[in-house]
Amino acid sequence: MAKELIMDIKDFSFKYAGAPKPSLVDINLPIYRNKVTAMIGPSGCGKSTLLRALNRIHDLYPGNEYKGEINLLNLETDNFENLLEIKKENEFIALRQRVGMIFQKPTPFPMSIFDNVAYGLKLAGIKDKNIVQEKVENALKGSAIWDEVKDRLKESAMGLSGGQQQRLCIARAVALKPEILLLDEPTSALDPISTGAIEELVSELKKDISIVIVTHNMQQASRLSDYTAFMYIGKLIEYNKTDKIFLNPQEKLTEDYVTGRFG
Amino acid sequence: MRSRRLLLNKIVLILSTLSAVLGLVFLSWILITLFIKGISSLDFSIFTNDLVDGGLKNLIFGQFFMALIATIIGVPLGMMAGIYLREYGNSTYANIIRDLSDIMMSAPSIVIGAFVFAVFVAPFGSINGWAGSIALAIMLIPIVVSTTDNMLSLVPKELREAGIALGGGKHQVILDIILKAAKVGLTTGILLAFARIIGETAPLLFTSGTNSFWTTDLSNAFPSLTVSIYNLANFPTDKARDLAWGASFILTVIVLIINLIGRFLTRDKG
Amino acid sequence: MFSKEYLFKKVAFSSATLILIILVSIFVMLFISAKPAIEKYGFNFLTDSSWNKTVETKVPLTPQEIKAKKSSKQKINTEEDDSLFADDTPVLGGDEASDNEDSNFNIITKNIFGGFVPIIGTILSALIAMAFSIPIAMGIAVFLSEIAPDFLIKPVGTAIELLAAIPSIIYGMWGLFYFAPLVQKVFGGSQISLLTAGLVLGVMILPFMAAITRDSMNTTPDVLKESAYALGATKYEVVKDVIFPYAKVGIIGSIILSLGRALGETMAVAFLIGSVFKIPHNLTDPTISIPVVLANNFGEASGDMMSSLFFLAFVLFVFSFFTIGIAKFYFLRGRR
Repeated sequence: MAKELIMDIKDFSFKYAGAPKPSLVDINLPIYRNKVTAMIGPSGCGKSTLLRALNRIHDLYPGNEYKGEINLLNLETDNFENLLEIKKENEFIALRQRVGMIFQKPTPFPMSIFDNVAYGLKLAGIKDKNIVQEKVENALKGSAIWDEVKDRLKESAMGLSGGQQQRLCIARAVALKPEILLLDEPTSALDPISTGAIEELVSELKKDISIVIVTHNMQQASRLSDYTAFMYIGKLIEYNKTDKIFLNPQEKLTEDYVTGRFG
Repeated sequence: MRSRRLLLNKIVLILSTLSAVLGLVFLSWILITLFIKGISSLDFSIFTNDLVDGGLKNLIFGQFFMALIATIIGVPLGMMAGIYLREYGNSTYANIIRDLSDIMMSAPSIVIGAFVFAVFVAPFGSINGWAGSIALAIMLIPIVVSTTDNMLSLVPKELREAGIALGGGKHQVILDIILKAAKVGLTTGILLAFARIIGETAPLLFTSGTNSFWTTDLSNAFPSLTVSIYNLANFPTDKARDLAWGASFILTVIVLIINLIGRFLTRDKG
Repeated sequence: MFSKEYLFKKVAFSSATLILIILVSIFVMLFISAKPAIEKYGFNFLTDSSWNKTVETKVPLTPQEIKAKKSSKQKINTEEDDSLFADDTPVLGGDEASDNEDSNFNIITKNIFGGFVPIIGTILSALIAMAFSIPIAMGIAVFLSEIAPDFLIKPVGTAIELLAAIPSIIYGMWGLFYFAPLVQKVFGGSQISLLTAGLVLGVMILPFMAAITRDSMNTTPDVLKESAYALGATKYEVVKDVIFPYAKVGIIGSIILSLGRALGETMAVAFLIGSVFKIPHNLTDPTISIPVVLANNFGEASGDMMSSLFFLAFVLFVFSFFTIGIAKFYFLRGRR
């Protein structure tokens, strides 16, 4: 199967509002369809900043500066569109429905388990109860949490364990059938068992969804991802197939990092 | 569908921005009114004459003096109580006191006036400055308790441990280290509390009452700026009303300046 | 010899206990001072709308009394108009009753005090204040926590807090001379009315409510909001579906706490409510509230009126104690 691009980041630079210098400089990075791309690097290297640019969640806080292009494949027209050109609110909404996001800490909304998953659908304008019901059920099943919550769908999502909450959040994002799912260190707040469940889920999900995951856990990157990008102080140092990065890195910095000489 | 959502979003954002504008309109309306009416009725004689001669000198002094006595009574008690809650009390008892203090902070001030009347006015047969000061002190204490409690909670635990580790007694560590560490916050809190009580009217109405003449004798009816504003505003003559506006202006300036000083002290701390 | 440590702790403990003592004393003193009225009127006080009203009531005599009266008829006849003197010291029972020869009734004259009008006035003025201030306060809180650009948050926030610091008597002055005429122009009726009092009260609690509501909203974690935005929610949807539900308990607490303030406020209302003991039939009618009754009558009261005033103070204290207590301990627990 030919590798197919879904997103293409070109010469991308990013500066936070009021910051003296850019946090990301000249990033070039392809994201392939139905693959898992991992972004690794020491804290502060800009990996989360980059991830948060991919659905323009940075724009919640005014004054940030973008340069370059982030091209996203439009599945209908088969053309790439630069998502940095988005200015209108409804385009942002559309973008975020196409590019889902999971955060470090689970973020269940203060509502029932069912409503959490149905919320994105409601925003997307799906009103038919049966369709919502079906989509919620499928999303929960697809996120490997259905069996645990099917008898308590009306209960508050706050009562779930951390790992369950995180899978619920994935279900909530998946229910919208996004093209890309961004995961920002999704297991850093979880215990090893929940982490395992999430990792398993991610491997399942890539059948339908392209995944970008930020992680500080190198085992996780090597277990999960097809491609890995190593970043350091705002720059992309090396990008390659995951096994190449971990077994045969080209750059000294990458080698030092993946062998644990700094971190 | 999406355009309806966006429209609704826009409407709500506009409405809530308008609410903020409305709040600011009220603030400016009140301040501008006060300023215009206040300035036009102010002349220097207001500060040199007592109420009986058409001035405010004794009233301003009286209001300050009672608030000051209240502070002298209330601050040590409130701080000691706050210290107890934060440094000594992990008990149910301390939690109950903390809760009750919170309730007391929001209790109707007129009721506190009624209570002080029953205890400090009725038995002596006449209104007096002590009663007014005590009523204000009762208003002040829970505010100081809450401030002290909060400010001490911001002092890192390590500081206490370090003090104890150097061989200091607990009370020495509290007095020498913790209170100093919390000094700015405590000062601000006390200033704000002072600003709050100096503007009070209701607890003074039938405790201190007010007095047209200069006096420093707290055992008599005592001059109060706020009570006199209330009386003057209900007077049918323009002169009395103008004086009420002048007094209101002075009162507001005092209260706002104390507030701004308090904010200025803690400007770097959010 | 006590150690300094011991003394310090004792003083701290006593100071804390003073809070309890003051609160208990408030309860006890108000109750004791109100006791004559409580004994006399009981719970009827809360539903009786007459204040300082002279009434004559006919009390049917029991058979024993009729008998007794018949046996001492002449003696009683001489006391026929005694009740006229009883205005200020009305006494229950038959002691001062005059005898109506033909019908077997005692006529008792006394001054009745009932708290219904001020109680209703207090509640209504507070409700008007709430109806006015809740939507605006919510708007301000949303503006400050979600909409305002960074450079506006601080100055607008400070301005709103300064508005909260202005003494209530200033609100009264401003309300009486400037706001009331405007309200009258818009709604008609008189300048001095339940409506103007309620609205000025609303303006007064507005900044307080807005400030504590904003604090509640700010407890919503950013990441929770971000994840709603990441699903494609608009700002309004994030506020409605994430922030409000998340901060619900705190927001309700803030509202109830503000209600507690409104119920007990004296000066902002005293200028405007009209101080008339009448049930308002229109919003633009004047009436009176408990704090205002106290403010206006405490100075000259004595006897039954005094104990009735204390009864009102007691009612207000109990009422606001529970209102504030509920707000603080059910809704605002753990936040100070």
